[in-house]
Amino acid sequence: MAATRIVVDPISRIEGHLRIEAQAENGRITNAWASSTQFRGIEIIMQGRDPRDAWAFTQRICGVCTVVHAVASCRAVEDALDITIPPNANLIRNLIHGMQFVQDHVMHFYHLHALDWVDVVSALSADPAGTARIARSVSPWPNNSESYFREVQNRLKTFVSGGQLGIFTNGYWGHPAYKLPPEVNLLAVAHYLEALDWQRDVIRLHTIFGGKNPHPNFLVGGMASAINLEDTATINAERLTDIHDMIKRAQRFVNEVYWPDLVAIAGFYKDWAAIGGGTGNYLAVGEFPDGDVRDVDTLYFPRGIILNKDLSKVVPYDQNQVKEFINSAWYEYSKGDDAGLHPFEGETKAKYTGPPTPWTYLQGEKKYSWMKAPRYDGRPMEVGPLARMLVAYAAGHTEVRQMVKTVLDTLNVGPAALFSTLGRTAARGMETVLLARRLQVWYDKLVDRIRNGDVRTFNNEHWDPAKWPAKSQGYGYLDAPRGALGHWVQIEDQKISRYQCVVPSTWNCSPRDGQGVPGPYEAALMDHHPLVDPERPIEILRTIHSFDPCMACGVHVLDATGKLITQVQVQ
Amino acid sequence: MYVPTEYPWAENESLGHYLERRGVSRRDFLTFCGSMATMLGLGELATPRIARALQAQKRPTVIWLQLQECTGCVESVLRTSEPTIGDLVLDVVSLDYQHTLMAGAGTAVEKALADSMAKNKGEYLLVVTGSVPLNDGGIYCTIAGRTAKDIVEEAAKGAKAIIAIGACAHWGSVQAARPNPTGAVGISQVIKDKPLVNIAGCPPIGDVVTATIVHYLTFNRLPAVDYDARPLFAYGARIHDQCPRRANFDAGQFVEGFDDEAARKGWCLYHVGCKGPATYSPCPIFLWNTRTSWPIGAGHPCIGCTERNFWDTMTPFYGRLPNVAGFPVERTADTIGAALAVGAAAGVAAHAIATGVHQVRERRKLPVIETPSQGEGGGHGSH
Repeated sequence: MAATRIVVDPISRIEGHLRIEAQAENGRITNAWASSTQFRGIEIIMQGRDPRDAWAFTQRICGVCTVVHAVASCRAVEDALDITIPPNANLIRNLIHGMQFVQDHVMHFYHLHALDWVDVVSALSADPAGTARIARSVSPWPNNSESYFREVQNRLKTFVSGGQLGIFTNGYWGHPAYKLPPEVNLLAVAHYLEALDWQRDVIRLHTIFGGKNPHPNFLVGGMASAINLEDTATINAERLTDIHDMIKRAQRFVNEVYWPDLVAIAGFYKDWAAIGGGTGNYLAVGEFPDGDVRDVDTLYFPRGIILNKDLSKVVPYDQNQVKEFINSAWYEYSKGDDAGLHPFEGETKAKYTGPPTPWTYLQGEKKYSWMKAPRYDGRPMEVGPLARMLVAYAAGHTEVRQMVKTVLDTLNVGPAALFSTLGRTAARGMETVLLARRLQVWYDKLVDRIRNGDVRTFNNEHWDPAKWPAKSQGYGYLDAPRGALGHWVQIEDQKISRYQCVVPSTWNCSPRDGQGVPGPYEAALMDHHPLVDPERPIEILRTIHSFDPCMACGVHVLDATGKLITQVQVQ
Repeated sequence: MYVPTEYPWAENESLGHYLERRGVSRRDFLTFCGSMATMLGLGELATPRIARALQAQKRPTVIWLQLQECTGCVESVLRTSEPTIGDLVLDVVSLDYQHTLMAGAGTAVEKALADSMAKNKGEYLLVVTGSVPLNDGGIYCTIAGRTAKDIVEEAAKGAKAIIAIGACAHWGSVQAARPNPTGAVGISQVIKDKPLVNIAGCPPIGDVVTATIVHYLTFNRLPAVDYDARPLFAYGARIHDQCPRRANFDAGQFVEGFDDEAARKGWCLYHVGCKGPATYSPCPIFLWNTRTSWPIGAGHPCIGCTERNFWDTMTPFYGRLPNVAGFPVERTADTIGAALAVGAAAGVAAHAIATGVHQVRERRKLPVIETPSQGEGGGHGSH
């Protein structure tokens, strides 16, 4: 039997535009290609701008992980200008970024990932009493009653009988890969709805400190939200209390809804602990500093690299080892297609060489994506929650080790189960539980500092461009919900002369490099990966969604000379 | 935002019947219509008209395209704050195509899109987030192997009206900032023969989208707009004139550096770069995220994100307006703000000047799609 050629475009329930092509034979995927199909050129736009504005421009790379580029950009500029932000500002940034993780991961689970595992139509035949029994056995959440689940089910019945399925139209309902009993499907559908309400409440923490969400405001040198307990227009006791309550509600939902649901659902899909592993190298740049961001020893999630799934040692990370390749991407380098360039030397000429639109297949093309291929010391790296949990686990992080042990024991699987599609999804849940807990620690520290009279949120020593060196450069790292992020900035005569980002989804969605080594999405799809029905590729969605793709983040360009040269050749 | 399984609205059921079945009281419904009337700037007397029109409304089809963008606008709509009926109005539209939420993928959802466009031809509301890159044959954004330009042109053909949400769909936003490497433009630069509104902002407040859809359902046409096709009910007022810190401006009380004593008193941010005097936006009125706060309320200057080309005309963001190209009128405002003695009166005069600048620009008028069945006119197109 010849291999079947498969195209899944668009991949839905992600940020941005992603195309997956594959070949399958006898129910298995034999080959896979990941193509990013959007390009904006934000780094080119950065050139010549005031570096203090950079956070706002780069923030617009992504509106889902809406704080990560802004914070990474502030850190890069602060590194270049040698600015240390006040402890309060660091705590506020941790609170904002921590809440981003918690809100984003929960929404990913219910609204972007759940429908890969949860059959909405099956929930129609559930016994609501059974759903309530299951729910109560794993959680004290107050809505775990029969009448509540019956009401959700009744609404669902009316919806389906009405015939207009909206976003559920042409879902893969009834696919044999769905394994949950109807009662668990109903549980997940109910919480899909509850999570929509929950997320808009807890994210208001961003609004208090940053004025709005998406795209809250940040500030090079600290935060603009001044603290004054005696004023109505500032961060005061009323605002702090509101934040504290949000943290409590975030913790409660994570502990009583998200985490129990995740564990319950995972129990029915243990076979996915042996599917979709892939690259086997994991990179975490680390996150949540407790002091100066450049003191990496204070990070809550540690920095490091795991090679070849070897959890016995953590390899130190050195940003000088990052290079980007364009062998499979629609760009050209002055040194030729085989060169690899560090971000401080990066260059880009967009050069489209693919087929004319509309496309039929990109497989077989030498170049097939707008995503470059980043490599660390020549190797592809998976980044994200799994990478963070593995590095922390291997580094002996007490809380992470406990968390991992509990999960493995509960599911009755060994540590090898982590290197999988299910492992990725479970790791995302683990770090959400830990960070929801951590929010309280940062909040308490902030309140303690205010109580002791420190209300500073901004360091103005280097705000004035007249005090800047003629030339400087900085590196801003951040471990975002989707993984390791780096911003590299070079400043000359008070303006940005070069700006470069290497982003989580660039690592994960990387196309093949010059040696033909596939990127993490591609490798995962080729790792013991089933595909029962090429017309209904739900298995592909499971593995791709387990990475939580963020495509707009992944594609970026830089031109070394500061001007864009675009050449498009439509063959 | 759309809640797929909660309280479905049957295809041929009126909203009035639907709400009754859902257990929404008449009183709650009228309260909602009243708040919408206020938000839309129509006054309380419009409440019965909104109520009548909404009650008679049939479930409308919405097709939502996401083009060259960051998904922030979708996220913003997911944060709409009206906790019950406001959500409902968005919840119950038949959202037949939406990348971020739809269950299927690939050919399955492309078929759903084609089917819906065919079935609801001439009737559906087209919502677009994201810009359209035109350079190099549009190759910089493709979905299902087709360019964004092809996709939006096809979808627009059968649309009754278009709501362009966010700065990207409005004019291109960050990717259209100098030097606009991909040739990104807004929807109105590609589609010129359909009624269209721009819900401006990067991103806009989700509630503005809710209110615009309510207006559309009530009057069967899009709301009245300004010269840049922005609904007047949301973008008709300058931030500077609605700002709670305006009194500080008029009194000459300015923040001179972040986290200084003035910042800790919540004084005016004009000297640290606030673009409120040049920005028309509902932020200080609607507020953000369930009316929690807004950028100036959190101590950061407005960056002017509801205005066309703000990435180039409003930068550097921390530069004081007179030093920013394009707003000579604010030289006057600056002088006046500093002059304690004449503060209040002159501030109003400066405001009048700025408003006048906007009013003399060409206004865009939209064609009326259909006369409401009740035979009542809206406050349309008169500005």
